Amino acid sequence: MITFDRVTKRYPDGTVAVDDLSLEVPTGGITVFVGPSGCGKTTSLRMINRMIDPSEGRVLLDGVDVTTVDPPTLRRGIGYVIQQAGLFPHRKIVDNVATVPQLLGWDRRKARDRAMELLERVGLDTGLANRYPFQLSGGQQQRVGVARALAADPPVLLMDEPFSAVDPIVRASLQDELLRLQAELHKTIVFVTHDIDEAVKLGDRVAVLQVGGHLAQLDDPATLLARPADGFVREFLGRDRGIRRLSFVPGAGLGLRGDLTVPVSADVASARGTAEPWLAVVDPDGGPLGWAATAGLPESGTFEAVPLAPYGTFVRDRDSLRAALDAALLSPSGNAIAVDDSGRAEGVVTREVLDEALVLAAREASRVAGETRADEGPGEAGGAREAADGR
Amino acid sequence: MDGEPLVRWDWIWRNWSTGRAGSIDSLLQQHVVMALLPVVLGLVVALPIGLACVRWRWLYQPTAGLMNVVYALPSLPVFMLLLPATGLGPATVIIPLSFYGVAVLIPAVVDGIASVPDHVRQSAVAMGFTPLRRLLRVELPIAVPVVLAGLRVVAVSSISLVSVGALIGQGGLGNLFTDAFKRDFPTPAVVGIVLIVALALLVDGLLLAAQRLLTPWQRARGSA
Ligand SMILES: Nc1ncnc2c1ncn2[C@@H]1O[C@H](COP(=O)(O)OP(=O)(O)OP(=O)(O)O)[C@@H](O)[C@H]1O
Ligand SMILES: [Mg+2]
Repeated sequence: MITFDRVTKRYPDGTVAVDDLSLEVPTGGITVFVGPSGCGKTTSLRMINRMIDPSEGRVLLDGVDVTTVDPPTLRRGIGYVIQQAGLFPHRKIVDNVATVPQLLGWDRRKARDRAMELLERVGLDTGLANRYPFQLSGGQQQRVGVARALAADPPVLLMDEPFSAVDPIVRASLQDELLRLQAELHKTIVFVTHDIDEAVKLGDRVAVLQVGGHLAQLDDPATLLARPADGFVREFLGRDRGIRRLSFVPGAGLGLRGDLTVPVSADVASARGTAEPWLAVVDPDGGPLGWAATAGLPESGTFEAVPLAPYGTFVRDRDSLRAALDAALLSPSGNAIAVDDSGRAEGVVTREVLDEALVLAAREASRVAGETRADEGPGEAGGAREAADGR
Repeated sequence: MDGEPLVRWDWIWRNWSTGRAGSIDSLLQQHVVMALLPVVLGLVVALPIGLACVRWRWLYQPTAGLMNVVYALPSLPVFMLLLPATGLGPATVIIPLSFYGVAVLIPAVVDGIASVPDHVRQSAVAMGFTPLRRLLRVELPIAVPVVLAGLRVVAVSSISLVSVGALIGQGGLGNLFTDAFKRDFPTPAVVGIVLIVALALLVDGLLLAAQRLLTPWQRARGSA
């Protein structure tokens, strides 16, 4: 566990980057520091590995004041990933990854083996091991950065906007990769970002910081979206707060209709006379092909000959209500096709079912928002709220 | 003119290697030593001073200013100044050339270390490098291309500057110029110019090759 105990950082020029910050980063979870530029995220993060020392207060790592530990020793036990990856341009990828093990005095062979193992772990082709950083794409470099931070298996990982310099698609895959790794490794991760969507996606807990280094709110993402502590947080969370909250409602509970799918090889005659305006056509493997309008079906033949409208899918076991809603909005039928992990259609979620689920989600959201904080002591979130309101 | 050809090949053959002082090959040898020794000395002196300037930033401005003054000094008066102390030996030439080397290489070392991207330095700190190890394993290796670029400038200019030493009889191949003037005989001058230029190109090429070898991580930068 990492504890910020009334930490203030004042730079020599008088700038107060962090102001009386108290919070706890629980072991084995991802805590995200999010906030606008200049709110003190990097400063806070760097006080953990002593790249910056606090002006007042203490930062404790498992109960030990970090300022009592020799910086290089402390840092070798804390992984660190930054935006431009910070790879050493003059070292091959494998040597970059093996850096900390080598600093720790592992023998060369063992350090290299470990590096190769980690390259695979983060989803990189080990054929890249003997390249130099400039020969890799930005996304690949970030993966190397993550592998390097993990090389000596540190219990703590600090990540400062690690994915913000890559394009959105690569960013999404890096985020998924991080979540997958974390599910295996259970590191204590402090992740800094200014992107609230990233914060909400990755964080077990999200700390929203305000310029001047005030903690505005610390909560799990669903609660944060449902119940922003004040106007600043509400504004920072942005417009689609309601929709984004749906990301935390699982789609697995949605009722399926099995009678709205037809194989593409079926005779159109089989569909004649149905009251349903749309049918989901699937290929012989069960993969969705599109929606067929029953009103315009030809006289005879199979569904091969029927023009199909676009469709959207969501993975029922894994995706959220938000994904289901998105899938429904992508088809003219207004229905979503639920698929399993291998992409086979399991059935259709109709508008009516979605509607019901949305109403339930909305009720739940307002229940959370209205809830008193009886479950919490005079904790940091409440204190921060007062501090923020008192401004 | 009197029909004297620009180059008399037979003169070159006769004087290439006579085994006596003043033969072309011995002048060449002398030239190489007097030109390259200052480069090495310059680097050895500039490296710690440059690193000190990086460590204590306030040192850099005065040092750079002083070095500019040194660089601006014309070589001839410096030779004269040194004569009483070092006499007519090669040291009289090697010492000022070394100073020129230092003057060029201090900024090269400082710029080289400054060329280490900040995020690279930060991540070295964050990974737990001690300052000395960071210098040796991260900063200096990354500074190599900039330092080598400075070294190439110093080497080439040093090779050309040695010839000025001919004025005190310590000019290596430069002695061929004074010889040519004294005797109104162009062949030695032509030989001197050709050999000096060839030597400069050769040394520059070797340093370039060394840079390629030392910094494979840089090679494809331009074309990548
Ligand atoms: N070395 C420094 N000297 C003086 N002020 C500094 C220094 N480093 C940061 N600051 C100031 O402290 C404040 C917090 O900086 P910090 O880098 O922690 O912000 P951040 O939240 O990481 O911002 P960003 O999202 O832009 O990275 C800013 O106002 C910044 O200008
Ligand atoms: Mg920052």
